[in-house]
Amino acid sequence: MKNAKAHKFDDEKNQQPAPTTKKLTGAGILINTLQDLDVDTIFGYPGGAVLPLYDELYDKHDINHVLIKHEQAGTHAADGYARATGKPGVVVVTSGPGGTNTVTGIATAAMDSIPLVVFTGQVPTDMIGNDAFQEADIVGITRPITKHNYLVKDVEELEQVTREAFHVATSGRPGPVLVDLPKDMLKSEGHYSGLHKVSIPSYNPTKEGHSTQIKKASKMLSEAEKPLIYAGGGVVLGEAWDELTAMAERHNIPVTTTLMGLGGFPESKPQSLGMLGMHGTYYANMATTECDVLLAVGARFDDRVTGNLEGFSPHSKKIHIDIDPTNIGKNVEVEIPIVGDVKQVLPEIDKQVETPETNDWWQTIENWKEEHPLKVPKSEDTIKPQHMVEAISEVTNGEAIVVTDVGQHQMWAAQHYTFNHPRSFLSSGGLGTMGYGFPAAMGAAFGCPDRPVVCITGDGGFQMTAYELATAVEYEVPLKIAIMNNECLGMVRQWQELFYDERYSHSILKKSNPDFVKLAESYGAAAFRATNGKEMNEVLNRAMAINDRPVVMDFRVEAMENCYPMVPAGAALNEMVLEDE
Amino acid sequence: MSTQNGTQTKSDKHTLSVVVKYNLNALSRIIGIFSSKGFEIDSISFGSGKESGQARITITTHGDEQIIEQITKQLHKIIDVVTVTDLTYDSFVERELALVKVKADSAARSEIMQITQVFRAKVIDISPDRLAIEITGNADKINAFIGMVRPFGIIELARTGSVALKREFEGDV
Repeated sequence: MKNAKAHKFDDEKNQQPAPTTKKLTGAGILINTLQDLDVDTIFGYPGGAVLPLYDELYDKHDINHVLIKHEQAGTHAADGYARATGKPGVVVVTSGPGGTNTVTGIATAAMDSIPLVVFTGQVPTDMIGNDAFQEADIVGITRPITKHNYLVKDVEELEQVTREAFHVATSGRPGPVLVDLPKDMLKSEGHYSGLHKVSIPSYNPTKEGHSTQIKKASKMLSEAEKPLIYAGGGVVLGEAWDELTAMAERHNIPVTTTLMGLGGFPESKPQSLGMLGMHGTYYANMATTECDVLLAVGARFDDRVTGNLEGFSPHSKKIHIDIDPTNIGKNVEVEIPIVGDVKQVLPEIDKQVETPETNDWWQTIENWKEEHPLKVPKSEDTIKPQHMVEAISEVTNGEAIVVTDVGQHQMWAAQHYTFNHPRSFLSSGGLGTMGYGFPAAMGAAFGCPDRPVVCITGDGGFQMTAYELATAVEYEVPLKIAIMNNECLGMVRQWQELFYDERYSHSILKKSNPDFVKLAESYGAAAFRATNGKEMNEVLNRAMAINDRPVVMDFRVEAMENCYPMVPAGAALNEMVLEDE
Repeated sequence: MSTQNGTQTKSDKHTLSVVVKYNLNALSRIIGIFSSKGFEIDSISFGSGKESGQARITITTHGDEQIIEQITKQLHKIIDVVTVTDLTYDSFVERELALVKVKADSAARSEIMQITQVFRAKVIDISPDRLAIEITGNADKINAFIGMVRPFGIIELARTGSVALKREFEGDV
């Protein structure tokens, strides 16, 4: 894969930030601060208001700038980079439309608590409010979808604001932060200190759990007969996968993960029940309904997880560990709330818990597993979508970073790929953003050049951001794009079939879909098509061998396949529909 | 609403005192929490604190315990918010200011001025057929005053909303 910085001129002036205060332009201060914060990749798009910054980037050599083709995709790429690496994703765009185009990407990151720092250009301070060319009140627009945002009004504040932005984005419950930079702030001179200190007196997330609460929680778990751990994205964001695995294994407690928590607990372990929720496994949903103590770890009781709240885990006492106090008691009342960092709280509970007696409980769970395992239908002449995911799981040995769009393929990917590693399933869970998958996969590939990255997408979602093929080809990103092509908006079609009398209103793409192979080839990507299982395996093997450009695989799957199990909207978790009636 | 000592009080009324790092973005974020999450503001007052760098915002709102808890937590979550205090559970002093312009011809004038005296309010402007009155107190007192002068005809009314501070003296006497 080509290094993003290869496109710059080759003078090796490696400027290290000086320890003493020096005077620089705002653009210089920003670049120095970014380097000092170990930013290695920026996803950006230039424009009038950020010209001073791009001029500065022309000289710099230890930050790779990836020129994306659209700011929305750039924000998704930075998001994918952040989810795959754990480091904050960085975006630079211009004022006005540059900023507004990032909105979907920022909202996506906000819903899934992904650390992003987005720098937007702004018209010069004396023109703000005048409806100047390419002016938009981006601070106002993004206020509800950022963890915090700033408008820099004094070049002397720029360094501190930048450091604060990274601190806020990455600490506590992570999230996107936007910094709006008027053009005159980038041009005028100010001081760069290089001091690492960040102090925000009003911001101090609680990390350590309350010891009395931990004690109570441990006692409750020790006395449980049917305990269950419900692990969410917080386990991945808080890097608590080892702690979770150790605890679940030591005390033999079953673990179900949310969509965002996939990979936070290895699915090959016997304690894993897979995913719960609307398209969760039968046994995970039954266990959630029947358990007597539910330990929620970094999860937020989302409606796609709980189903009808009245029927959600009605017999259990609940313990909830979360770093964000607003998540606790928001949707579901809990007996023992613990505000804190899951990585610190889990080992404390682990230490104090006496392994509960769970043989009967496990027997019940095993019975559920036998009764209704996840089904992978196979067919000689066609490709079953579930089989497609299984084949990808096999060809990558479960070692790939899997990135999805939103819809049926997303749920099948979540169900049928065996996730054993954290930061390996990247998907827009909260906002459900179609068009997320491919650019996020590209961002993940930039962040983790040594790991295989597979984007499982749909024919609908891929078309929302397919233009980034140009970027992936330019930077020789060896990314595998597997299109689950059912010639329709699968999940919309499924709902129309089940709940709207098969009235397929505007959900069939058969007539409008491009020839994906030709499309990809026109950008310079490799591309293959498969229409049956045998071809699919051949295509996958050929694709995995290509390492110098993106590969698009057009897998023609059965269009009318539905995704099960499914908890219909408004039903309780145990009222799953298991197959076509 | 419940009736206590002859006055109507909202039983789920809460007075929140919020100290923020002074900037308008912070005020916007606070109001945004209420509008986007469906909470209600009964009154809000914002004292600019440009010099000290901090501002105190007093919000009166209402809702059951769970709603108030969410409001408090959500406010806390705003990076620029330094403290959130729900004064409802403490002893606190609360004041509101209202300016009331009342129709007052020579026949009605003295009666209105009597009422004004009873409420320890002040006449601040006078013209042949109008009186402007300034009154401070808690919301109940102001409501009662407005109720008393309404029959004369209120021409204009400006109310500030509550400002409040926790009472320092808490010992038994």
